[in-house]
Amino acid sequence: MAEFVMPALGADMNAGTLLQWLKQPGDVVSRGEIVAVVHTDKADVEVEVFTTGVIEELLVQPGTEVPVGTVLAMIRENGAPAGPAAPPQAAEEPAPPAAAAPTAADAARPHVIISPSARHLAEELGLDPASITGSGPGGRIQRKDVEVAAAARTPRVREPELRAEPAPKPEPVAEPKIAGPPAAAPTPAPTPPTSRPVVPSAADERSAAMRRAIAASMSRSKREIPHFYLGQTIDMSNAIAWLAQENQRRPVTERLLHGVLLVKAVALALREVPELNAVWDGDELVRRDDINVGVAISLRGGGLVAPCIHTTDQLSLDELMHSFRDLVSRARSWSLRSSEMSDPTITVTSLGERGVESVFGVIFPPQVAIVGFGNMVERPWISEGQVLACPVVSASLSADHRVTDGHRASAFLAAVDRLLQEPDEL
Amino acid sequence: MSATADEGIQVSSPDGHATVPAPTLERTHCLELLHGMLRIRRFEERAAELYSLAKIRGFLHLYVGEEAVAVGVMRALMPDDAVVATYREHGQALARGLPPGSLMAEMFGKANGCSRGRGGSMHFFDVSRRFYGGYAIVGGGLPIAVGLALADRMQGRKRVSACFFGDGAVAEGEFHESLNLAALWQVPVLFLCENNLYAMGTPIEQELAQTDIRRRAESYGIAAEAVDGMDVLAVEAAARRAAEDVRSSVAPRFLEFRTYRFRAHSMADPDLYRTKGEIERWKERDPIALFTARLRAAELLTDDDLDRLEAEVAVELDEAVAIAEAGPWEPVEDLTTDVYTPAGA
Amino acid sequence: MSTVTLTYREAVRAGLRHALATDDRAFIMGEDVGGYGGAFAVSLGLLEEFGPERIRNTPLSESGFVGAGIGAALAGMRPIVEVMTVNFSMLALDQVVNNAATLRYMSGGQMSVPLVVRMATGGGRQLAAQHAHSLEGWYAHVPGIKSLSPATVEDARGMVLAALEDPDPVFIFEHATLYPLEAELDEEPSAVDIAHAIVRRQGSDVTLVTYGGSLGKCLDAAGELAADGIDAEVIDLRTLRPLDLDTILTSLAKTHRIVIVDEGWKTGGLAGEISAQVMERGFDLLDWPVQRVCSAEVPIPYAKHLEDAALPSAEAVVAVVKEMVI
Repeated sequence: MAEFVMPALGADMNAGTLLQWLKQPGDVVSRGEIVAVVHTDKADVEVEVFTTGVIEELLVQPGTEVPVGTVLAMIRENGAPAGPAAPPQAAEEPAPPAAAAPTAADAARPHVIISPSARHLAEELGLDPASITGSGPGGRIQRKDVEVAAAARTPRVREPELRAEPAPKPEPVAEPKIAGPPAAAPTPAPTPPTSRPVVPSAADERSAAMRRAIAASMSRSKREIPHFYLGQTIDMSNAIAWLAQENQRRPVTERLLHGVLLVKAVALALREVPELNAVWDGDELVRRDDINVGVAISLRGGGLVAPCIHTTDQLSLDELMHSFRDLVSRARSWSLRSSEMSDPTITVTSLGERGVESVFGVIFPPQVAIVGFGNMVERPWISEGQVLACPVVSASLSADHRVTDGHRASAFLAAVDRLLQEPDEL
Repeated sequence: MSATADEGIQVSSPDGHATVPAPTLERTHCLELLHGMLRIRRFEERAAELYSLAKIRGFLHLYVGEEAVAVGVMRALMPDDAVVATYREHGQALARGLPPGSLMAEMFGKANGCSRGRGGSMHFFDVSRRFYGGYAIVGGGLPIAVGLALADRMQGRKRVSACFFGDGAVAEGEFHESLNLAALWQVPVLFLCENNLYAMGTPIEQELAQTDIRRRAESYGIAAEAVDGMDVLAVEAAARRAAEDVRSSVAPRFLEFRTYRFRAHSMADPDLYRTKGEIERWKERDPIALFTARLRAAELLTDDDLDRLEAEVAVELDEAVAIAEAGPWEPVEDLTTDVYTPAGA
Repeated sequence: MSTVTLTYREAVRAGLRHALATDDRAFIMGEDVGGYGGAFAVSLGLLEEFGPERIRNTPLSESGFVGAGIGAALAGMRPIVEVMTVNFSMLALDQVVNNAATLRYMSGGQMSVPLVVRMATGGGRQLAAQHAHSLEGWYAHVPGIKSLSPATVEDARGMVLAALEDPDPVFIFEHATLYPLEAELDEEPSAVDIAHAIVRRQGSDVTLVTYGGSLGKCLDAAGELAADGIDAEVIDLRTLRPLDLDTILTSLAKTHRIVIVDEGWKTGGLAGEISAQVMERGFDLLDWPVQRVCSAEVPIPYAKHLEDAALPSAEAVVAVVKEMVI
């Protein structure tokens, strides 16, 4: 009999609240399958099981907060084939207690109790009410619960003004020029208001909870991690030229964005500077084998998540593109996986579409570095004694000075630069 | 009692005793009285027919048999006097001069009705003729008549507020409050009780501990008189005396008209609380028949006169019905207009 | 502009005096308004100033003199009828509901009834069930009349004048506990706006909507709540019909929580009407169901502790708000 426990979904998670069971006793599950939704103080996360077998018993009721490691369910490992989970054999189930019996309606979409104002706010913020824990009577979701959920998606602030240290290599300030394809995180237009009368959002007034979460994370990062910053302006002419050729050959839906080149370059560069692909567990640096690049994705109505693409360095550009698209869509529909939230070893943040030329981010603990890319712009460039207009992007590295130094960090950025000069090798 | 065609008719009270001599009546005047009663009678008969054809809906309370009261009283009022009536108001409205077409249209529910179709049979209003309704609540108009008269008193106007009500109203608290106020404040209300012996289905002796209604008024210090309500001349004479009194002394007066309705309380009433015999006996004192007979006997009325009057009434009535038929319906979009006075009105 | 300090009752008197002095058509009619000076001393001194025709004492005939007020209004006067309390007004309900409210509409717009009726209302003085009613909700139910509830000294004076300017029947409900309330006003009486509610206290966490005698209790409750970090916005309805829903919704858009405090009984009362309107037009603004604090479903008792428990109280409001906000 295997135990399914409350997982740790981040280094500073001590407890989680089981929100919802997606499987019932008697259901066959296989390794990697999503079985529950858990609420942490940062996010609501779909949680996967690592055992193949049959759900024997659910031990924790939805709405209950339990410490990490608490057994949530028992799974009878029965050597069932590790294929895709068989659909639940409802006819074969022994008569379950009425409360646990899944009905078609339950499976389809559980009824969410949410106040009208909170529902409206959730819509505005792009949150799925089903994923929010309600603190009101009967579990009713109220505005403050929506705000907390929204704040939990915003673990770090991306605003430039939160940059504490000045940029070590200031770039000449110029009017932003829009050059090349859009940056890594395509932002669809915000959904138009619904047919209900437009309600003025009180998020600004009621963002105390959100700010607290951000403040706590930011403070901790800055308090504990001695940041230092490096910057590099990268000539993207080769990359852009190669990309244009590539995309010509591809149907529109298969086209690559320059952002995947950046992410792949970062992943490959980490092979050369592996100490940046690590986490700090409080005492020492723990290197990771897999390179899982976390990608900062902005959400409609505000907020940011940075789920990772697993084994980024091993994926082809196409696979990377697909993964990225999939991540964005699932981030915005709030169906990210726990492993995606807990496994990033480094994060890439790109503010290119915002029009800023460079960003020096704050490291997400327990990671030890964060890479920032700015807007791709045309700049005068000296090449072989000639002044040319060249598409360039500013790359930055914020790194933890406990685990690395300028020498190694520079090697990283230099590797990124070098890799981007040979885009067909990515 | 005798008279010549030129002298008209001398009036005496029902029990034969001589009364204060009334003005001599002339043929023209008499024919007008008769015409007035005929108009009402034929109007009511036509209304009954239209009701059974569902052209008129809701409640319909007919005045048949009581015509002498409305006609006689209205002769005694001035145009700037006020009239407050009850739901049995067609006679008063017609005698007051409200056009029959506008009354018919009102009962049809049309927008060209006197109340724009908003009130129906029980709620005729015509401010230009100072005809203030039309009340469905028994006794409901009495305090309003007191108020109309109070305004005249306070503003020094010598006008009469004539207030019609039935014997049933005498039991209501508002009757007592109104008479008390009128006497206390000495306001010029002419209280006109049409005692037709029944409060809907209840005979007066089951309704009032004191059935001599004029005594009720006297108990409030209001001079009161009982009048034969089937005798239009007696009604007119009494009304003139009383109205003049009210006007000149700015004080209330009370007239009790002893009358009878030949039809049921309303079109919905099966009229099972009276005997046919009783109704027939009262029909022998039909005010129109009585007056017609008197006028014939005094050679003030010929068959031709009668035919002409009936013909005139018939034409007027046909026109009234045509006006009602042709009238428009108030648009539903206007449902909520005139709940309150529009700003700036 | 010079000012004067007046009690609520003096303010009503000032409004009445100003009305009678400036409009010959205006007169006061009611029980004991003359020599007695009014049951609540509102008309003290007016008889000496204006005489018995215009300060007209009436016998105990509510139906009679309210109806007479209607008739006088039809004939060009501007009567101000004083029904001693809302408890006795039920004797005149026929005249109010069947005549005052209907005559304009039922006559097809031929006439209006410019009648003003003032009444004392409410409980809290240990006068027991038959003398403690708050029936404003009944009057606010009827189309064709308007209902006002002055909760401040300024409104006590200004609403009389506003009512007289109105061509339709206006009912003014003066909570009996407010008569000794004191405030400083401009010396010159003037009519106040009767189309809008007023926010008496700004806040951001919860909206308290109330009128009349409950305004003070809501302000007290807001003070207590502030000490606990809960910031209540208090709206004085002022006019019960027509209701100013816009002011309520503007507040709700800020606070998302609303409590209606109404001294009438909860069942079938004015608070239920306001709640329904808020739900209909402000559904998406609500973060919590609309709450109501009303009188208990009892005839108001005599013993003080029972009466206090039966009527809305600041404590009750605080308790309800805390459940909503925390």
